[in-house]
Formats: sequence, C-alpha cells, structure tokens
Amino acid sequence: MTIKPLAMRDVLLDRIWGAMKDDRKIFFTSADFGSPVLDKIRADFPERFVNVGIAEQNLINVSAGLALEGYTVFAYAIAPFITMRCYEQIRVSLALLSEVRPMNVNLIGVGAGYSYVVSGPTHQCYEDLTLMRALPNFRVLSPADHVSAAALFDRCVNTSGPKYLRFDAQVLPVLYENGSPDLDTGFHVHRSGDGVCLVATGYMLHTALKVAESLSAEGHSVGVVDLFDISNFAADQLQKLLSSYAGIVTLEEGFRGRGGVDAMLFEFIARRGLAKPMLNIGVEGAYRFELGSRAELHEQVGIGPESVLRSVTTFVQSLSDSV
Amino acid sequence: MNIKSIDLSEKAHWVWRETLAVHRRAPETRVASSLSSIEIFVALYYGGVLRFDPAQPLAEHRDRCVISKGHGSICMYPILADLGYFPIEELQRVCQTGSFLGGIPDPVIPGYETVNGSLGHGLGVATGMALGLKRKGLDRSVFVVSGDGELHEGANWEAIMFASQHGLDNLHLIVDDNRISMLGYTDDIVSHGSLSARLSAFGWDCMEVDGHDVLSVQAALLQMKANHAGKPKALIARTLKGHGVPGLENAPLSHIMNPKPELVDSLLEQHP
Repeated sequence: MTIKPLAMRDVLLDRIWGAMKDDRKIFFTSADFGSPVLDKIRADFPERFVNVGIAEQNLINVSAGLALEGYTVFAYAIAPFITMRCYEQIRVSLALLSEVRPMNVNLIGVGAGYSYVVSGPTHQCYEDLTLMRALPNFRVLSPADHVSAAALFDRCVNTSGPKYLRFDAQVLPVLYENGSPDLDTGFHVHRSGDGVCLVATGYMLHTALKVAESLSAEGHSVGVVDLFDISNFAADQLQKLLSSYAGIVTLEEGFRGRGGVDAMLFEFIARRGLAKPMLNIGVEGAYRFELGSRAELHEQVGIGPESVLRSVTTFVQSLSDSV
Repeated sequence: MNIKSIDLSEKAHWVWRETLAVHRRAPETRVASSLSSIEIFVALYYGGVLRFDPAQPLAEHRDRCVISKGHGSICMYPILADLGYFPIEELQRVCQTGSFLGGIPDPVIPGYETVNGSLGHGLGVATGMALGLKRKGLDRSVFVVSGDGELHEGANWEAIMFASQHGLDNLHLIVDDNRISMLGYTDDIVSHGSLSARLSAFGWDCMEVDGHDVLSVQAALLQMKANHAGKPKALIARTLKGHGVPGLENAPLSHIMNPKPELVDSLLEQHP
C-alpha cells in the first residue's frame, strides 16, 4: 500500500489535535503561524491555544511559563524565526531553566533549509542545526518525511525537556512506507554497503537515496543513513555501522563547515577513533538571493543530486586511489 | 510566623543591614540595585501579600514571585534565610566555592522561580505562568519584580501587550524605578517618560508609590492584589539606587560602584 505524502506539520498537528481532548495538559502556542489543521485546534480547544502574534521572544517565554505550570507545550512558528529571533529566550528560559525545573516545551520550526523556496534567505534556514545543537538539554529532531515526523509526537509528550523539531515546509515523498523508524536509535539505515556511507538529515535524505541509486548503478556499494535525532542517537550502534565503511559523506540542508551535522560527525568519529575519510555536503556559507526551484537552488549551491553525485564520485575515486 | 506582628519598617532596616553585610563579605554582588528594592520585597514577603511555604518552595498553591532583576535582589538572601528557605549560616558563604548563593541569584536557590541573570525575561515567563494559572482555574497570583532599566528590552513590551490582551488580572508587575541603568540615568539613555502613562496606554492598571515607604508599598500591593478588573496591574515604586549609603545613593554610576568596607562598617555601627 502506498501512503499519500502529507506535510510534516499537518500530520503532527493532527496527532496533537487528536490527543488534546483526553490530554488536558497539552497547550498549543503560535507566533501568528497557521495551517488548516491548526484551525481545528483553534476551534476545538480555544482555552489551550494562544496566538502571541508576531512576537517569537514572547512565544518562548510564555511557553516556558505555561510549561512551569505543568503544561506540555507545543510552540509553532517559521523555523528561522522560532530559533534565531528568540535565541536568548530559548537559552535562558528553556535550555538553562530546564536544568533546574522540569518543563516540556516542543518547538516546531517549519521551513528547514530552502523549503520556503521563493521567500529568500530570511525565511530559509541554514543555521538552525548548528545553533540548536549547541544548547545543552535540548533535543534536536530532523525528520525526512511525514511518517517519521508524526512519530515524534509520542516522544514529545512522553519525554520531558525542551525539543526542537525541524520540519520541511513542503510535502515530501514518503520514505517510511513500512512504519516509522525506531526513535530510540535516532538513526535509520535505508541502504547498506561497504564503500561510502551517506549520512543525511531531513530533505537531504531524499537526495542521498537518489545519489546512492546512481552510484549503485555504476557498481559502487553505498550505504544510506537517516540521522533524524541530531542530539541523542545510539552512539555505539552508529560507530559500529560507520566503522564498516571506507568513507563517510554527510549531507545537510544547512551551511557547510559551520558547526552543523558535518561538525558533529567529524567530532564523533574523531572521539571514537574511527579515522575515516569524510566528505561534507552542505550550503557554502553565503546568503543568496537567486530565484529558482528548490532543485535549481540546490544545484547552484552544490547540494542537488547532480552536484552531490559528482562530489561523491570524486570522493569515492580518491578513496580507491589512496588504497 | 505571625505576619501581623512584624514591624515592616524594622524588618526593612534589618534587611538593609544584612544586605550591606553580605556585600561587605561578597563585594562581587550588586549592592546599589539591591538596596533600592528592599521595601518591595519586605512588603511582598512580610506584608501579607504573597502566599508561600518555605518548606515547599514550589507548592502548587503558592503565589508566584518572579524576580526579573536578579542581580538587584541580593536583599532576598537574608529575607529567604530569615523565612526559613535555607539556613541563615549560608549568608556567610555568598559567592564562595560550594555555595548556592551567587553574585546573581539562580533558581537553584529555594524561592527563586526562574533564570534572571539576563535581564528582561522575567515578565514574559511570568505572563505564561499567569495564563497557565488562569487556564488551570487556580486562583493564585503572579508577581514580577523588574528594574526600570531592563524595560528597555523589547521582549517586555511583547509581554505587556499580551498580558492586557488576555486580561491577566492575576499578573502584577512591580517596577523598582530607581531610574539608573549601568552607565547613568535612564532618562539620559532612553527615557521611559512616565511608566504609568505608558503602561496605562497598553491597557494596564497602574499605581505609583514611594518605594522606600514600606507601609505604602504594602498598602498598594494589597490593593492591587484585591483588584480583579480584567487588567494586568503595575506598581511603579519610586526608589533610590544605593538607598541609604552616602556617595552611592542615586549616583549615576552606582550600579558598578562598591562602597568602601570602612564606610559599610561605620554605617552598620551608626545604624544598629
């Protein structure tokens, strides 16, 4: 059976709406950001929904206050705004305060990477993985399709502490037809091989799978891993997995070389003594104002399937040359 | 403790002495802004305004007191110790290794609700608490003590607009209006003009009071608390930074000035 692709936010919001009737601890806050599914929450639970207006700093602080009063809070806004406009509120009232007092606040940021295609660099988001993974006590979750996004609901409700959910703004093809990944593991193996392992997060998992298909057709043995929990994955399992490959490629729809998933994996393999050659795929550190489709923009900055295939092919060649 | 039996003026004087003594031992603490807020805290904690239980600092049925001007609340150390939140001997160890009483108070201290080292966060979090209490149907109040300087932070005004929009009449903002920021008088930096007029324009009920007349502060707070007119409430307490310390009182750079130890010793001797 084929699952119809849906927007990540709509499926999660639908789970939240479905739970709010019985779980009276759930409170939903928005910085004047909506969706058709959110209309159901607003209509059916007006006492536990509040729109703070275009005021992300207050969104965070009000959500923190509600959480201190025992509510499980979902706070909802566009990804760059819910992370960067209010970063100090996040640091002080969520990351720091949750060190001392139990609180459950789940930030839903919509618009990962280039997913607001024509809105330009203010609405696009290339820095959030770096910033949010810098905060202790925060869990950073970056799903690649709506099935894995919806599965995060139980994790959000049942696990205390602040979390950041990095959601794509577009409807993406379903990659988890057979059910959601194991959330405790934090990553999911989509393809196995022994040459290079493509470790991707969010939208870039789709690119990684396309590139792996092409490389496989050329006779290369390629693995693909979805790293959807940036902050809390099964480290020993990932080490064991990566140790079986000749090289590692990281793929993220964020700035390259600025502390994102690439830096995390660098640090991880260094700390674990893996000493594997690594290639990092990400956006060069510059803001761009060119208009185009997401696919065109991705190729312009070197993270589209064709660009990645070229880069990975060269990387694979360098691995065999060095043997 | 029988609150009615307490002479608030005497208690405020004791807190003033203890605050100076803490600062004498721990000069890293901000003394000037801690001297302007003494009567506010004394009225809140000894004047029958706040409901609290030192044995259960986070009991559901407490009134919430969010101290946004964290650095300027060193006077709360003797108050909390006196009320039994922690042993009074802890006052000897402020800023020392292993103590939980730092240069800027944190919520590891029993009685502190939130993180306040960075200014301008308390009101927003308190607004969320006030909304949460309303939606839970719990008849408890939230008090926020803020400096006037930190009202330069724009996030406060997001919260101020939000609180009136939602009719949070369980929310009380007390501004320790000493009119001095770090580098001088707020009127010379970015003037608030009349805070009462500004907050009233934003839909708040406002009162003003001499912030060093502890009985007037108490009366104003009790009156505010009893007022449930569907509006958030603010008390502008006109205070003096460095209150009672010659050379420090109302000095434009008092925030970063430390009175000489000999001066503190003589003040403590002169004002037993």
